[in-house]
Order: sequence, then C-alpha cells, then structure tokens
Amino acid sequence: MTYETVIGLEVHAQLLTRSKMFCSCNADYASAPPNTHVCPVCLGMPGVLPVINKKAVEYTIMTALALNCTIPEYTKFDRKNYSYPDLVKGYQISQYDYPISEHGWLTIDSNGAKKKINITRVHLEEDVAKSQHREGYSLIDMNRSGVPLMETVSEPEMRSPEEARDYLVKLRSILRYLGVSNGNMEEGSFRCDANISLRPSGSTELGGKVELKNLNSFKAVYQALQYEVKRQTAVLEEGGTIAQETRGWADDKGITVTQRSKEYANDYRYFPEPDLPPLFLDRAWIKEIHDGLPELPEARKERFMTQYCLSLSDASILTSSRTMADYFEDSVRLMGPDRAKLISNWIQGDFSRLLNAVGIEIESAKISPEELVEMLTLVDKGTLNGPAAKVVFEEMFHTGKKASAIVEEKKLSQISDAAEIKKEVQQAMSGNPRAVSDYRSGKESALAFLTGQVMRATRGRANPSLVREILIEELRNSQE
Amino acid sequence: MKLSHQQVEHIARLARLGLSAEERDKFSLQLSDILKNFEVLNELNTADVMPATHSIPLQNVFREDEEASSYSQDEVLANAPRKEENCFKVKAILE
Ligand SMILES: [Zn+2]
Repeated sequence: MTYETVIGLEVHAQLLTRSKMFCSCNADYASAPPNTHVCPVCLGMPGVLPVINKKAVEYTIMTALALNCTIPEYTKFDRKNYSYPDLVKGYQISQYDYPISEHGWLTIDSNGAKKKINITRVHLEEDVAKSQHREGYSLIDMNRSGVPLMETVSEPEMRSPEEARDYLVKLRSILRYLGVSNGNMEEGSFRCDANISLRPSGSTELGGKVELKNLNSFKAVYQALQYEVKRQTAVLEEGGTIAQETRGWADDKGITVTQRSKEYANDYRYFPEPDLPPLFLDRAWIKEIHDGLPELPEARKERFMTQYCLSLSDASILTSSRTMADYFEDSVRLMGPDRAKLISNWIQGDFSRLLNAVGIEIESAKISPEELVEMLTLVDKGTLNGPAAKVVFEEMFHTGKKASAIVEEKKLSQISDAAEIKKEVQQAMSGNPRAVSDYRSGKESALAFLTGQVMRATRGRANPSLVREILIEELRNSQE
Repeated sequence: MKLSHQQVEHIARLARLGLSAEERDKFSLQLSDILKNFEVLNELNTADVMPATHSIPLQNVFREDEEASSYSQDEVLANAPRKEENCFKVKAILE
C-alpha cells in the first residue's frame, strides 16, 4: 500500500520592532545581559496595563498582504491560559477567533511546477521568557518575554518534506524581503512546528496527527519530516495505528522521540483580553500599507528572467534574499544589462562559496557592487586573466581591498606583451626539450604542458591565449 | 447545571490547586450554585444583540514603537525568592 503524506506548518517569527509587543522595553534581547530589558508589564506584575505596539500590527498586516490574506475590519486579542515557568502571567496574550488576517496563500516551485499552498491565518502574539536548564532546576531570563511574535499557520497541503522545506524557505524569504523578521532559525527568531500524518493514497481519512517540535534549522525540519514519513509508514504497514502525539526532534540521534505532553495543555480557556480594546482596522491604513509593499521574491524572480534573460534557477537563487537581489541589480546597473549573466555567475560561484565558507550573508561582505564591477572591468580590459581574477577576488573578499590595489601590490596584472611572452616561451622550450620533441611527433598534450610551464613561470599572469598562440608559432619556427 | 467531581478536579488541576476530598465536595456544590446564578442570564432574549467582548467603548488604543528604559536588573530580581546568574531560579522544567 502506498501512503500520501500530509504536512501543515506553524511558523512563529519574531518581529523586528524596536520595542516589545505591549510595553516599551527594548525588544532586542539576544545580546543583552539577563533581565535587563524588563518592566512590570512584561514581567507580568498584577495591575499593569499593556498597550499594543502599532508597528507590530503594521508588520503583521504587511505580511498578511504579501501572503494574499484577507484582513477583516475587526480583530482582537485573547488570553491563552496555561501554566509554564517561562510564561509568568499564567497566560499568553494571543489571538483566538478574530485574528488579524485569514485565508491567504503563497506559491512554491515544486519539482519545476508552481504549487499554491493556502495559509489559514496570520496572527499576532507575544513571545515567552527564555529558560536555561541546569541540573535539577531551571533559570529564567525575562528579556524575551513580550517580544512581538507573529504566527503563520498553513493549511495541511504539503505532500512531502521537500515541499515543506520549500514553503519554509519561501515564507522566510518573504518576511525578510518585507524586513519584518530576520528569519534566523538557529537563533530562534524564526521557529517552526510541523504537523504530519499519512493516509492511504486516494483516501481522505487521515491517520493520527503528529506534531513535531524542536526543529531548529531548515535541515532539522526536513530530516525530522523524512524520518516521520519512514516511521509512520513502517507502523502502518505492520497494521499498527499512529497515535496523535507531540514528538521532538533529537538532532544528535537523527530521530524523533515522544515528548511527555503537558497535561491538559489543550485546555487553554481562551477569553478576550480585557486590558486591550479591540481593533478596527481602517481600510485607508491597509491601502497605505499595501501601496508601500516592496517588490516580493516571486515578482522579482519573474522580472529577472525577462529583464536580464536569466534562467529560472539563476533568478530563483538571486532573488532568494532581497539583499542578494539588490546586490545583483546594483552591479548590473553599473556594468550594463548585457553583463547580467557574468555577474550572476560570479555571485553564485566564487562569491557564494566564500560567503558560505565564512558563514555570512552578502550584505556583510567586504566587497561592494562597485568593487566587484571594478574587478570585472579589469578582466574586460585584459589587465586580469581568469585565474588571476579568482585570486584577486578572494583577496578582496578577505581584506576588503580594491582589485586595482591588489593587482598593483601582488603584481598580478596580466602580461599581454608579446615580446615578454616570447621570451618566456623560448625559456620553457629550451628547458623542456622532451616536450618539444613530443609535440613534433604529434603529441598534442605537450602543448598544454608547455603552456602550463609558461603560466607557472609567470605566476599565472601571462595571457593564456597569447601564450598558446606564440608557443605554436615558436614550435613551428624552431622546426624549420 | 451540576458540576461533577471529575470536572471540579479538572478545574483545580488547571488552576494548580490541590483539593482535599472535603474541599472537592464543598466546591462542587458552591461552583454549581454560582453557575446556576449565571444561568439566569440565559433567560434573556439576545437574538438581536451583537456579542460584546469588552465592557468599555474604546478601540484602537496603540502606542508608537518607541523604546523607553526598563527597570534595573536589581529591581527586576528584587522580589525573586530564588535567583542565580541574574536569572529567576525555578524548579526544573521537564521537556
Ligand atoms: Zn517591558
């Protein structure tokens, strides 16, 4: 029997506001000493009055619009009650029956075809405190308590771990384009819970829904889902049933394990937050936000393909982050649209390799678009040859120096002077009589060897096509 | 509506209250009485009344996204019964 996989994702993203959701404490908790961005409101003291951060609502509306959601006129906050040490008030301010937005969608590229994934809702809530576990007790830092948290819930419409990963990547890309979240999974500013169940192909009866937690990277989401597909298939094939439960991903072991569920965790007893009056979202405000939305990844990808004649794969990679797309377009603007493919190759090739090796994003690189274009122009002018350009680029990447300065300093400029190259060629020939006779007896590979000798002698600076040309000429001359 | 013992125990557990058998019996009766009182409201015809979620006629109360200074770490931790490494120290959280 074959089974169909059904996956839905819940994503929590911290919003990049300056202050917290309901108080004026600094929301940038990550680097602050413990319990220094805390006030009576986010500390959950009795008698305080939370007040809604307008920017957080605006960011959520931006996201909702980018995800094609409907934004009702009326929305409100509710208390979600449960007891847990990182939730000091005993309730989390969230949204229950009237979220800021509902019924949206985004598209993913699934095996070369576009697929629409529906979004159930996007709502706003507050983050909880951070806990650290010690032997026999835990420590609570309240800095994260009250940081605006936006939850995006998808419909269970993904059919494979690959689709789930594509959805996550797309959603994160949209949030980063909008500038509403930095989308960092490892640091916990972008968190994902996955619901997965299987059903016999063709059936509409779903098996027990398993909720996966502790997915701290894109890779973890993908691997945990893959593992669950295998595990659930095996259980079903043996005639077993899948119990509805919460399982955690154990990254070190590469498996999911049953999590002791919080007892009564689903009895949240939501009720309207009495301290926060409801919101009536003015249509003029929504329109203003809509008009101010930046170009989104999907639209930009399409434009790159038509405007710069790039392939779908090139355009997808370049538009995967707004800063990379900006970098590309800034460079193209300086060098001309006919060089778009060259620039795309450099960004996706050496540049991405170096960025990955150091583990930074393109916006943190020491090379500006102007400096990349300066280097490429040196290649165009013949000052730098291909191999030297790679050396120069790597040096630029690590030191932030300009290409012309590195060329000067390391004497890397290409030798295109025929007389100078001829001298090197003659030296290579007299030093390698065996190769010369090999060539004469028809061994073509000897030519490559001799070219290599000249390139080595000039430390890669000789113009390779000129070397080849002069070599052939000299070999012919000396034969006569 | 009469609350069963089971329901009372469930509510007590949600509220993190430990009840003795006598308390459970007592609260079972008292809570049932309270609910009975509220049932009076069900006699009203509310077919034409919009559901209300708030009792005060306010809406759209926002604050701008401006940062203000927080309390000092000492003040924040002043009431903590137990602290360590400038954090609140609590019982082990089991995952
Ligand atoms: Zn605060």
